[in-house]
Amino acid sequence: MTHTVKASHVRQHIRESVGERIFATVNYAIMLFVAFISLYPIWYVLVNSLNDANDAMLGGIYWLPRVFSLENYKAVFRDATVFRAFSVTIVRTILGTVGSVLFTAMVSYGLSKPHLMLRRFYLAIGTISMFFGGGLIPYFLVLRSLGLLNNFWVYIIPALFSFYNLLIFMSFFRELPPALEESARIDGAGDIRIFIRIIFPLSTPVLATIALFNGVYHWNDYFSGVMYMTSRTDLEPIQTFLYRIIAQTSAQDIRSAAGADVVGKSLTTSTAVKLATMIITTLPIVCVYPFLQKYFIKGMLIGAVKE
Amino acid sequence: MIQAVGKPTTALTPHRPSFFARIWRQRALQLMVIPGFLWMIVFNYLPMGGIVMAFKSFRLAYHSIFQGKWIGLSNFREFFADNYFVITMTNTLGISVLRLCIGFPLPIIFALLLNEVRHMRFKKIVQTVSYLPHFLSWVVLGGIMITWLSKSGVINDLFLALGILRQPVSFLGKPSYFWGLALISDAWKELGWSAIIYLAAIASIDQEMYEAATVDGANRLHKMLHITLPSIRGTIAILFILAVSGVLNSNFDQVLILKNALNAERATVLDIYVYEMAMRGGRFGYATAIGLFKSVIGSSLLISASFVVKRLQGRALF
Repeated sequence: MTHTVKASHVRQHIRESVGERIFATVNYAIMLFVAFISLYPIWYVLVNSLNDANDAMLGGIYWLPRVFSLENYKAVFRDATVFRAFSVTIVRTILGTVGSVLFTAMVSYGLSKPHLMLRRFYLAIGTISMFFGGGLIPYFLVLRSLGLLNNFWVYIIPALFSFYNLLIFMSFFRELPPALEESARIDGAGDIRIFIRIIFPLSTPVLATIALFNGVYHWNDYFSGVMYMTSRTDLEPIQTFLYRIIAQTSAQDIRSAAGADVVGKSLTTSTAVKLATMIITTLPIVCVYPFLQKYFIKGMLIGAVKE
Repeated sequence: MIQAVGKPTTALTPHRPSFFARIWRQRALQLMVIPGFLWMIVFNYLPMGGIVMAFKSFRLAYHSIFQGKWIGLSNFREFFADNYFVITMTNTLGISVLRLCIGFPLPIIFALLLNEVRHMRFKKIVQTVSYLPHFLSWVVLGGIMITWLSKSGVINDLFLALGILRQPVSFLGKPSYFWGLALISDAWKELGWSAIIYLAAIASIDQEMYEAATVDGANRLHKMLHITLPSIRGTIAILFILAVSGVLNSNFDQVLILKNALNAERATVLDIYVYEMAMRGGRFGYATAIGLFKSVIGSSLLISASFVVKRLQGRALF
């Protein structure tokens, strides 16, 4: 890092030609454009969600709220369905993330030991599963025969393990100094004790990385709710709830595009709930991810090295 | 471990413990691994057994895959004769090819350009901000797109103001726009995220090469094209091969939210058709057959890709 900084410093002192200056200007403009298009959509939703819903329906709110109002957020918090959907999302994110990180880490630790018997067999089973699968429908039927349809655990158990994450864990465990483990073993600690007491505390970076990936998956997943909650809408996570509102307003929009006049009270209310819910689901992630950058970048790169 | 140190052992040496005794000795380790093994059997391998449904007439009401009449290859024959075979294949491949030709190079260009930014603070901020769309769910993103692309949305306002359009257009209501919108939304969402790998590859390039080139009078463009780009060629090649092998995969979450009654003819990709045939049409056997057709081609492509990567890189893909 310091090396790069120094090198760029040296280069800055060399007089730049006109062409290079034009290039730099255009480049800064492109970068500003990328930053703008990355941020603006969320900004747009934010200002519209903070605007009076009836007024927002007229359109034209781009930069700041026109008629400021917190009514949309109040409507969301009053809505028992939204509240329940949020609870489902929060519980599944916490349980699902903790569960899958602990479970996958445990299996990975066992598999990272070269003297583990049947190790090659287990690894082959896992590798084959990365190339072949039964497909969506047979998977659905397996979940059904396990009684997981319309069951909260469908969010947790099928997401408990991932062979890809296992590979990331294993490549991290291999880097740990073996001396620590050996001294614990001399003191009489068994494999499980070593894993919990020694390996686990040393693995914070990789645990954080995998937890972030899993957490984002659980927080953002809407498909499981659509597919596996065939009759229990009360167990839908917030993203599935939002999906239904959007699909419904989109259908109304299409009908109005086809000429029908459907703009009315119900559309206004659902638009208000939609915008506020979008911001509430997005906010936690937006606040958290910038601080976890070094972890997910590391995770991406360990994955890429395996690729 | 200890007995291996002594005399050379053979399988017939009476001191060598039996297979089960050796497993028992490392029971703690085995106990850690076996749950993962069982999980894979249940959630990865049992569904593979469900593939037999592809050769059956199977309805949702049936309780086990052993029910249903064997009908041989009729499901496959029906699919190949179905109008939707051509439609779904065209849509799947069309979106994928656009993604490979246009979507794939964008993060590389972004990484190259970001690397030229001298102001470290600015560079860091742009990079951080560019990850944001990756963390948004497709529901939120799809919701924004539906609002923006509607007749009274931002895009129409902008295009009307700029004089690009005379009449407002319902972009998501016109089938001909769908592939392009799928491409743009996907490229936008993953631009910063996909650039991470390229930026890391660029960061590992030996700085002395740049210094030597500067002494030789190379400008920034020369250095970008003759040092940076060739240095990350290997990374690009591997990621491209992997992307090609996924040509039959669509972004299900994306297409499901952007698809509607009006753009369906260009939005129905293979994955969506499988989903609709089963969940809306109740035709599980037929849907499984289409899924199997897709995964046979997909798996062969992935296996070929991993062979090519192994050749290039000298080690296995996974």
